[in-house]
Amino acid sequence: MKNFSIATRQNQNVSILDISGELDAHTASQLENTLKSLIDNENYSIVVNCSGLDYIASAGLGVFMAYIEDVRSLGGDIKLTDMNDRVYNVFDLLGFPTLYDILDNEQEALQSFKN
Amino acid sequence: MAGTRQIHTLSVEASTEHLAEVRDFVASHAENIGLNQKMISEIRLAVDEAYTNIIKHAYSNNSTEKVNIEIGSDDDQLWISLIDSVKSFDPRSYREPDLMKRIKEKKRGGMGVYLIRKVMDQVQYNRKGESNEIRMVKNL
Repeated sequence: MKNFSIATRQNQNVSILDISGELDAHTASQLENTLKSLIDNENYSIVVNCSGLDYIASAGLGVFMAYIEDVRSLGGDIKLTDMNDRVYNVFDLLGFPTLYDILDNEQEALQSFKN
Repeated sequence: MAGTRQIHTLSVEASTEHLAEVRDFVASHAENIGLNQKMISEIRLAVDEAYTNIIKHAYSNNSTEKVNIEIGSDDDQLWISLIDSVKSFDPRSYREPDLMKRIKEKKRGGMGVYLIRKVMDQVQYNRKGESNEIRMVKNL
């Protein structure tokens, strides 16, 4: 059973991923494949809109961990937006908000890529 | 509900395909005993991380193996046990993850046990005959 979905949009030079459902050790590979394909195609400015994300486990966070440093070293970033409180809490328990750009909404993320 | 003691069990194959089912199993019992949404979220996360660790590390993704999951509660506590039948996890080998180091080295994992300890009040590892049990307790 796949209870996770992912869609990609483009806003000028920024790639936006809309992720929905539950991100766990079973569904993390879908996110991983999408991120990898964006990076392989030289898209390094990435926003992950989490407004549809109901749940995340450490396997999901591990995917972001695996790629963020690569993308930053190439002059880009992965910015996360629109998390609900339950999802944010998992990031927070692991201290991610000090390491990653986690923003309230997609517009803020798009703006910060322009600055 | 006072004075009652309830135990429910689920036996599943060790496959990430069953993660959602396992989370929903514990969440529905946590809901039945009246836990708030924050506690239910924490219990879903704890069982997910414990079950994922068994699948990946104890059974090396061999989905023919089984994991038995028990959730129980009394007036003071809710506990969840996951039982496998392979070599025991040594909690002495546990170290808190250094996140920056892990990111630099692209090392994943290791975060599950850390999260379980953050969201549950007690975590015990027991060897029972030929089985291993991780028992996670939340005070009510």
